[in-house]
Amino acid sequence: MADDIIVSRDDWTLHRKGHLDQSRHKEKVEEVIKQQMGDLIVDESIILTDGKKSTKIPMRSLEEFRFRYDFNKQNHTGQGNKKMAPGDIIGREQPGKGKGSGAGEEPGQDIYEAEVTYEDLASILFEELKLPNLDDKKRPLIAHDRPEFNDVRKKGLMANVDKKRTLLESIKRQAFSKKKKLNKEAKLRISQEDLRFKTWETRPNFETNAVILAMMDTSGSMGQFEKYISRTFFFWMVRFLRLKYENVEMRFLAHHTEAKEVTEEEFFTRGESGGTRCSSVYKYALDIIEKDYPPAHYNIYPVHFTDGDNIGSDNSRALALMKNLVEVSQIVGYGEILRTHYSSTLMSTLKRIADPKLRLVTIRDRNEVYDALKTVFS
Amino acid sequence: MDSEMRALTNIAQDIAQVARDMGLDFYPVNFEIVPAEALYTFGAYGMPVRFTHWSFGKAFYKMKMQYDLNLSRIYELVINTNPAYAFLLEGNRLIQNKLVIGHVYAHVDFFKNNHYFSRTPKDMVERMGAHADRIHEYETNYGRDKVEQIMDAVLAIQEHVDYRAHIGPIKKSENGLKRDRREKGEGHVCQGKSCAGTCSGEAVQGLGKWDQQKKTRKNTVSLPYEDLWGDLLADECGVLPQQEFEDLLLYIIRFAPGLEEWQKDIVSIVREESLYFFPQIETKIINEGWATFWHARIMRELNLTDAETLEFAIMHSQVVQPSRLGLNPYYLGVKIWEYLAKTKSDNELFDLRETENDLSFIRNHLSGELVEELNLFNFRKVGAHWQVTENEWEKVRDNLVKQLVNGGHPRIVVIEGDYEGKGGLLIKHCHEGMDLDIMYLEKTLSLVQFLWGKSVALETVVDNKKYIYESANGIVSRRLVSKNEENGVR
Repeated sequence: MADDIIVSRDDWTLHRKGHLDQSRHKEKVEEVIKQQMGDLIVDESIILTDGKKSTKIPMRSLEEFRFRYDFNKQNHTGQGNKKMAPGDIIGREQPGKGKGSGAGEEPGQDIYEAEVTYEDLASILFEELKLPNLDDKKRPLIAHDRPEFNDVRKKGLMANVDKKRTLLESIKRQAFSKKKKLNKEAKLRISQEDLRFKTWETRPNFETNAVILAMMDTSGSMGQFEKYISRTFFFWMVRFLRLKYENVEMRFLAHHTEAKEVTEEEFFTRGESGGTRCSSVYKYALDIIEKDYPPAHYNIYPVHFTDGDNIGSDNSRALALMKNLVEVSQIVGYGEILRTHYSSTLMSTLKRIADPKLRLVTIRDRNEVYDALKTVFS
Repeated sequence: MDSEMRALTNIAQDIAQVARDMGLDFYPVNFEIVPAEALYTFGAYGMPVRFTHWSFGKAFYKMKMQYDLNLSRIYELVINTNPAYAFLLEGNRLIQNKLVIGHVYAHVDFFKNNHYFSRTPKDMVERMGAHADRIHEYETNYGRDKVEQIMDAVLAIQEHVDYRAHIGPIKKSENGLKRDRREKGEGHVCQGKSCAGTCSGEAVQGLGKWDQQKKTRKNTVSLPYEDLWGDLLADECGVLPQQEFEDLLLYIIRFAPGLEEWQKDIVSIVREESLYFFPQIETKIINEGWATFWHARIMRELNLTDAETLEFAIMHSQVVQPSRLGLNPYYLGVKIWEYLAKTKSDNELFDLRETENDLSFIRNHLSGELVEELNLFNFRKVGAHWQVTENEWEKVRDNLVKQLVNGGHPRIVVIEGDYEGKGGLLIKHCHEGMDLDIMYLEKTLSLVQFLWGKSVALETVVDNKKYIYESANGIVSRRLVSKNEENGVR
């Protein structure tokens, strides 16, 4: 009965069906992430680790919905390696996982989770953001040269030999020669004429620099929540600007009725008391800009977070200084973190500035950080 | 043909002969050696060729990850067709392939002889290829997103077709109708009782529509198998009055007010494939057990070297390894077959493999001794813990049987297609002691609503109270139906 046995083997290397549908699945997961962006980007596990190591966010794959039994209410049958008696505990619910999500110890549960790294998240987030007023003309005073490999030649330094091109040349040459046909076993030889070298040109390298002036109200009314929101905002802002500029500096200015420069740690942790006079920090920022960051050479991004509770008499002075700040900056962000529903007088005062470089946002909830980022960088 | 292929061909011939001598009866098998990537694709799609959907990509990725991380490994995959196709993993060692080939022949024997497979078309590879082409064509014509939208919704309810449609009209098949249809390649899927429900009980409004369609169908061939339904439907209307219509997909194809023809075609494609796969779902334990039982027997007949014998023993023990908490179908299945083989002749075993499915196999043959030997027990969630509740063998057996009813899926039937006089669809979960997952219920209901085009209501029982969930305009609401008042509002 040899005729009904066929053993065969085909080339499946071009079979990509599974991968194609997997990439569609990934796309759909990304769509879901985008919808949840507001929640994800304020995730403490990212913000508080400084974002230096890639934090993984467990992200369930897309659910395939159907009518199914409630796993938690069902009576299951299992198998033990010894006799089990009623009352024996065989597993416990894993903490931190809600109903409907898989628990590792439970049998038959789908615990597959697609993980989204911090980089994935960042790239999805930044896809939506852009830098308006990006100014190429800003040049630092010193430009230093940088080699750029951009040409291939037949002569050059042995250290710069282009192995791939050399091999290609050799194969080409031997394919054309008739000897090859006579002797199939002949090994590939590289002759002098096959050699190819990478060569470079030097180009002046212009570094573009950006500075963020992080300004925050540290008066008594600013609590943990307000600081966390501003911290989240700055976190993503720095990472976004680093994509566009080689060098992003950050200066931290804290203020109540007076402004001073503080370290990053102090900025996010220390609280002070007293009233609020926003003009003080605007003045301080303008001074720093004048002293350290000539607008001709720096892209300047001042961002100010406050609860908007400014002393009324200060508003006109703040407005005047803010106008100056807007003039020298790429974008100015002004964020009011409000947990009440009234709009502050400073906000309504600043609204008088018509310049689109001034971006005003109000944040009332954690997940509005995402919208705030989109408002400022759009 | 290289030496490996020659060796495999010879081995396959030897094993086929051994298997045949032992009484196994199978279709010819075409073996193909494929790389892991291809094998896992087939595993995820269930077929070498199938339509495109992201859920298959997800399954593929998951399986491939487990393979890459060395967590699990598929050695083979058999396709139930005539001739059968078996795919062997590239890199299997020779002894592994010997075991696998024996396993494959036993599977094919099962496919060929088990009653539940008797109506699966044996040319399913070609059919699914044609389905994939058609879906691709719809993607070209209507856009990928639109096709995906329909597909997402249909796949969510793909289990709710009438798997026993063939039982009703089986007498009719004697006059040659069934066979003729199948040979013409018009599908096994659309016969019989499945249509009967539409013209009975509250679903009776379907009949009028049917008549209308019947009148016009010569001009517009709107559904792929429409001509099949008419005669059977007419025959059975008077015979089998019933209140509930089993086949949700068929009902949607027939009566969904808003679906276009191409969308209905997608529903019918999914339905046909679902019917094809169901026998495999309902015979998982018995079929895997059968194949494992026979590969062990076959291997004992072959002249293995000592080293091969050892390697075979290791591999076999991996296959039948009990899983920690769940049930390994290979293990449970092979244990029952081995237990039966102690007291029954081979011929009696062959009879059982013809007539049983998982449910009847467990119900009839899982004995107290086996439950004891395998340390089986029931468990459920008590508070935050998973706790053993019972270990009496009848209770274990009955609980397993309960989970195998309807392939492990809740039974959903159509009650009427004009709910509350507004053209809504009313379906009912036949509650048999197990509540539904509410989150999934709500999401799935809105998908059904998308297909139906108007509101869809589902009757079910949650914590001993009867509820109606209704999805209208994308919002799912719930109301309590008290036992006395039909429309009691919560």
